[in-house]
Amino acid sequence: MDLQTITYLFVGASFALYIGIAIWARAGSTKEFYVAGGSVHPVLNGMATGADWMSAASFISMAGLIANMGYGGGLFLMGWTGGYVLLAMLLAPYLRKFGKFTVPQFVGDRFYSKKASAVAVICLLAASVTYIIGQMTGVGVAFSRFLGVTNEMGIYIGMGIVFAYAVFGGMKGITYTQVAQYCVLILAYTVPAIFISMELTGNPLPQLGLGSNFMGSDVSLLAKLDQVITDLGFGKYTTQVPGSKLNMFVYTLTLMIGTAGLPHVIVRFFTVPTVKAARASAGWALVFIALLYTTAPAVAAMARLNLHQTVNHGVIASTQGDGSLFKAENALVYSERPEWMKRWEKTGLLGFEDKNGDGRIQYYNEKNKTPEFMAKVDAAGWKGSELMVNRDIMVLANPEIAQLPNWVIALVAAGGLAAALSTAAGLLLAISAAISHDLLKEIWAPNMTERQELMAGKIAMACSIFVAGLLGLHPPGFAAGTVAIAFGLAASSIFPVLMLGIFSRTMNREGAIAGMLCGLGITMFYVFAHKGIFFIKGTEFVNAIGGPNFFFGISPNAFGAVGACVNFAAAFAVKRFFPAPPAEIVALVESVRIPRGSKEIGGAH
Amino acid sequence: MEDKSSGAYWSAVLKLLRNVLIIWFVVSYGFGIILADMLNGIYLGGYPLGFWFAQQGSLYIFVILIFWYGSQMGKLDIKFDVEEK
Repeated sequence: MDLQTITYLFVGASFALYIGIAIWARAGSTKEFYVAGGSVHPVLNGMATGADWMSAASFISMAGLIANMGYGGGLFLMGWTGGYVLLAMLLAPYLRKFGKFTVPQFVGDRFYSKKASAVAVICLLAASVTYIIGQMTGVGVAFSRFLGVTNEMGIYIGMGIVFAYAVFGGMKGITYTQVAQYCVLILAYTVPAIFISMELTGNPLPQLGLGSNFMGSDVSLLAKLDQVITDLGFGKYTTQVPGSKLNMFVYTLTLMIGTAGLPHVIVRFFTVPTVKAARASAGWALVFIALLYTTAPAVAAMARLNLHQTVNHGVIASTQGDGSLFKAENALVYSERPEWMKRWEKTGLLGFEDKNGDGRIQYYNEKNKTPEFMAKVDAAGWKGSELMVNRDIMVLANPEIAQLPNWVIALVAAGGLAAALSTAAGLLLAISAAISHDLLKEIWAPNMTERQELMAGKIAMACSIFVAGLLGLHPPGFAAGTVAIAFGLAASSIFPVLMLGIFSRTMNREGAIAGMLCGLGITMFYVFAHKGIFFIKGTEFVNAIGGPNFFFGISPNAFGAVGACVNFAAAFAVKRFFPAPPAEIVALVESVRIPRGSKEIGGAH
Repeated sequence: MEDKSSGAYWSAVLKLLRNVLIIWFVVSYGFGIILADMLNGIYLGGYPLGFWFAQQGSLYIFVILIFWYGSQMGKLDIKFDVEEK
């Protein structure tokens, strides 16, 4: 069978599985629709959280990002996992005990104010909508790359599939399809990684392979990589830092508290039966996430070394500074390039331009202008780096570079699609719950019956899918950066208000509202200064506030942690001028802190 | 007599939180970022240690931390008689 047929077979089978599960897990009540009946086993919930969490970006782009960033890429690995420690300890068990459906509902009840709840809805929508734009474009990209359809067609198919199980199944349908999607995506990620690790180091476990010796030598893989890429003028892999150590520190913190504050992740912990289960479930979620996240750095380093080895025959024999990487005969002759390079050139993810007209591929860091390096480049007659590499190649072409059988390539396709669909569905649920429950039921139409609310939830879900699809079809020009910004928004608004609600008995509504508005405001201000007001090109005003990254060299994507500090500071400052919360709210905080009685609450009003 | 009030339970919880957060901070921000350059002089197999903490070690320790925290909380719940029934 040819590759295309096997791919359609694998992807078709996985879709059939998801829809089958959706039919089996239809939601009959609002409790099933919003929180899957509050009865999901913690291990299954952990798997679903893993799939919910790991998006197309994690699956396709993260390894390539780390491959480019080297050591500094660790900020994504630590940032996107360390948040689960915070979630498990600081938020999940208490929100589960509180026992309602959504994050704004907690904020509204704890701060005895519809206004606080409405502000929380705004924060939630700001974070979720920026996130979903990235996901929908990701769905389109995944479909077009794997199935050879157009981007638009990909988004339509994706919308259709998500519609099938999210509208009818609600959280219940989403949860159980996510469990299946997790299994598909983790297999798809680890199988090629195991083969590559075997090939390069002889160790089948990628996590150990990355720390092993390069096959057939007594040099470690990382030392070899460091040597090769520094010889070619790149930064040293194991020590390269993005911006400064301070920026890396703050960026990591932003991703951590942003993770803990993302509504579609938090809401997953409303679905387990007990407080104890909520704690355990966060642990299981991290186990399942760490499986992929500890494999990713191995894929990154190995794929990068593999790529250099493919285009430069001097890689294996070279030692630091011996010049063998610069020998003319070592560069790959373009007409003799392997099949997979030809295939990916057609997609535009790989490109070759013969700048010095020698018919061979020279791939190095042309931005390195140090005199010693320039001297070597000139001596070799190189006129610029000739290979354009899109970072997504590191995962997408991995199975082909390692010459794995066609079924593995098909599996990677099914995995990438599973990653994209599961995250989109989780986000859509958080958005539609905010609309049907927090806005309609709690604020505009409190007299809705359960049946009406369930119907409203389904309609809100259908509309969200439609809007998300439109945004995916016509991305507002800033789509690429939006996922990173979502973390900043969640970190600066949602995480602090939940912390204050649980850990401060005396925090009042005025403080909480002021905190959310200031945190969100300052973060958006900093982002808009760099990227334009509401991301409209030409409205950047970064020079008016002191130049790019003026705040201690912190980049806008990393700014959320600073926003969170502003949030806390504003909340405590404003709190002092207003009356303390009423006695029943203090009693509510007390009761949330104690696990006993979690089963009696269970979402009812 | 031992203090079994909810206030005592909460201060025991906060103490546990403090300990977990210290470890959480030290392995990721401490070993993985601030002290990474220093630790890179030490090797764990082929891994420079600081690099290992940033890309592997922190993640393993995070997982262990959550389960350890969960079991400690379970014990506290029973000790202070607030566990779910």
